[in-house]
Amino acid sequence: MALTTNRVDVPVIVDENKCLEKCKACIEVCPLDVLAKNPETGKAYMKYDECWFCLPCEKECPVGAITVQIPFLLR
Amino acid sequence: MGIKILNTLIVSVNTKIPDISVHLEYNMGNKNNKNFMEIINLEVDFLVVGGGTAGCMAAVKAKQKSPESSVLVLEKANIRRSGAIAMGMDGVNTAVIPGNSTPEQYVREITIANDGILDQSAVHTTGLLGFEVIQELEEWGVKFQKDNEGKYDLKQVHRVGKYVLPMPEGKDLKKILSRQVKRNKIKIINRVMATSVLTQNGRAIGITGLDVRSGDMYVIKSKAILLCTGACGRLGLPASGYLYGTYENPTNAGDGYSMAYQAGAKLSNIECFQINPLIKDYNGPACAYVASPFGAYTANASGNRFISCDYWSGQMMLEVWRELNSGQGPVHLKMYHLDESTISEIERILFDNERPSRERFHAGRGENYRKDGVEMNISEIGLCSGHSASGVQVDEHMRTSIPGLYAAGDMANVPHNYMIGAFVSGRVAAEHAMSYIQDVDHGQVDLDIINTEKERILAPLKNPNGIPHTQVEYKLRRYVNDYLQPPKSPKNMMIGLEKFIDYQNVMDELGARDPHELMRCMEINFIRDCAEMAAKASLYRTESRWGLYHYRLDFPNRNDEEWMCNTIIKKCFEKNEMTISKEELKPYLFDVNLNAEKYDVSVA
Ligand SMILES: Cc1cc2nc3c(=O)[nH]c(=O)nc-3n(C[C@H](O)[C@H](O)[C@H](O)COP(=O)(O)OP(=O)(O)OC[C@H]3O[C@@H](n4cnc5c(N)ncnc54)[C@H](O)[C@@H]3O)c2cc1C
Repeated sequence: MALTTNRVDVPVIVDENKCLEKCKACIEVCPLDVLAKNPETGKAYMKYDECWFCLPCEKECPVGAITVQIPFLLR
Repeated sequence: MGIKILNTLIVSVNTKIPDISVHLEYNMGNKNNKNFMEIINLEVDFLVVGGGTAGCMAAVKAKQKSPESSVLVLEKANIRRSGAIAMGMDGVNTAVIPGNSTPEQYVREITIANDGILDQSAVHTTGLLGFEVIQELEEWGVKFQKDNEGKYDLKQVHRVGKYVLPMPEGKDLKKILSRQVKRNKIKIINRVMATSVLTQNGRAIGITGLDVRSGDMYVIKSKAILLCTGACGRLGLPASGYLYGTYENPTNAGDGYSMAYQAGAKLSNIECFQINPLIKDYNGPACAYVASPFGAYTANASGNRFISCDYWSGQMMLEVWRELNSGQGPVHLKMYHLDESTISEIERILFDNERPSRERFHAGRGENYRKDGVEMNISEIGLCSGHSASGVQVDEHMRTSIPGLYAAGDMANVPHNYMIGAFVSGRVAAEHAMSYIQDVDHGQVDLDIINTEKERILAPLKNPNGIPHTQVEYKLRRYVNDYLQPPKSPKNMMIGLEKFIDYQNVMDELGARDPHELMRCMEINFIRDCAEMAAKASLYRTESRWGLYHYRLDFPNRNDEEWMCNTIIKKCFEKNEMTISKEELKPYLFDVNLNAEKYDVSVA
């Protein structure tokens, strides 16, 4: 089976300058469990493009590091 | 890790099942490679599967009724923000409040709206207990709209009665509920999805689960089990093509429908699809319920009314479909005729609550309610008794046809049950279950079954270069659109049914690389089961009923003589086959003349 990697525009954008390494608030509240920590930087990122654009991640981020865009196919 | 949380109430043993060929490693991102799946065994008295609306209420009520019993909530996501009400709710759709309506009036309304197919006693329970639920939620800190005299400010959205109670400040509903679960010291395991219900001699004795982060397997024995995993929200494919751009929270993939079916429970009236009139592309509710009491309404392209009632019934959906197919589309929610302060008030509610991202959706398109209508479309299909009437068959105690197995909320077939129905059914199920468990012991788990289930869950990992779940799911759900989206044609549905059955072979080609992807793969199994049920049931009922939900082009009329009955889907284990049959309705509590009273919502 041949596989390829596609580039996709993801809905959840994390401002790495603001994101706190010790904090997992966004990761814990996501209903679809799509956020994770980048092991290299300790910052959150959208690991899986499976978003309901529901906003708990954005609302629960204590430092306002997260912006949720409407997924490209819908916006 | 679940063991640490639970060690006060259960015996927990780590069993490694050796004879399994899969022995893979994956990278957790934190560079700790580890083997999975370890098996974590737990034992509780009452297990709630799905910590959403119904599940949180059920857990609290179970613990209140029997404080000495161990109650566990198993949740695929995190109960703080999971399910339909993750971001709150802007109103109660089915509130029976003394002085405004009675349970009997409510049962009559739903009987007519659902074309007579219902167990009135279950709907009656929603009417009887809804008020108490609202009062209790209020004690917990949930706010409902009151008028100047401090009375509940109900609005009429249904054809006859006043059942809609606005919650302009409902955004923290889920946080409040999860706080109650914690306050009652109920055990919670987040990020573990149930995959199957275990039975022994026809009785439910536990479940299997997958930790969607670690890949561990859970085997949880329980004296009674409540399934409340919500709707099948990922059945049809949204027109946008985005798999998760659904009306329902896409975490709810029909898990409970499928698990109940596979365990041998009866499901009823699956052909009564959920189809909603939604904001085009965004696929969230336009919220005529919120806006219409302020003077907004659903209009056609000319800006004129074409329905007399905004309540979401199959009949209403059929009117929308007709309008769109008569050159009068697109339809839109019209607010631009209202004054500035009214529109701001509506915006304040809609942009803060339920689906708050709609604000940025409109902003991105340069749309403004002051000048633009909210363009609407007919959604793809789903299964959800919260909105229409298809689900696991339950009686008025929310018992399924399997002893020890209960169902509540969107997946339990209590027509038009919505949020209050989810709370009430969760409560009723829990209270009944706490009596039931007094006389039963734990069952015996069959290790062969656990092994087989473990293989099933892990299969896609053996095939890391297999077809990704996104593609497998996309194609399946596109077939659902192609062959099942109403109006329904017989030959189409037959092709669909065949394709869904064949799709079992496609599942063997699925590939996964981590526990998260295993979760998605498992969900496709659930979706496939639901698709097969939807096709099978739609072919079986050779009449049209529930407006657009079951509009058959070859049988365009309702046929009460033959079809005033339930259709029941059940697994035949001997033949490993899906069976369907008719079943009589339970006798009505209240006589309703369905020939005289029709849910006619067209504007003459
Ligand atoms: C966008 C939207 C707007 C709505 N608006 C209104 C309204 O204004 N008024 C109203 O009365 N009703 C409204 N409803 C309906 C109402 O919200 C639902 O009927 C009700 O919340 C359903 O409750 P539930 O417990 O069945 O499902 P949910 O609250 O969705 O809970 C299901 C839970 O199960 C979990 N789960 C799923 N699968 C598994 C698994 N395999 N293992 C473990 N856990 C699992 C999920 O993560 C979730 O937490 C709306 C629904 C939606 C989606």
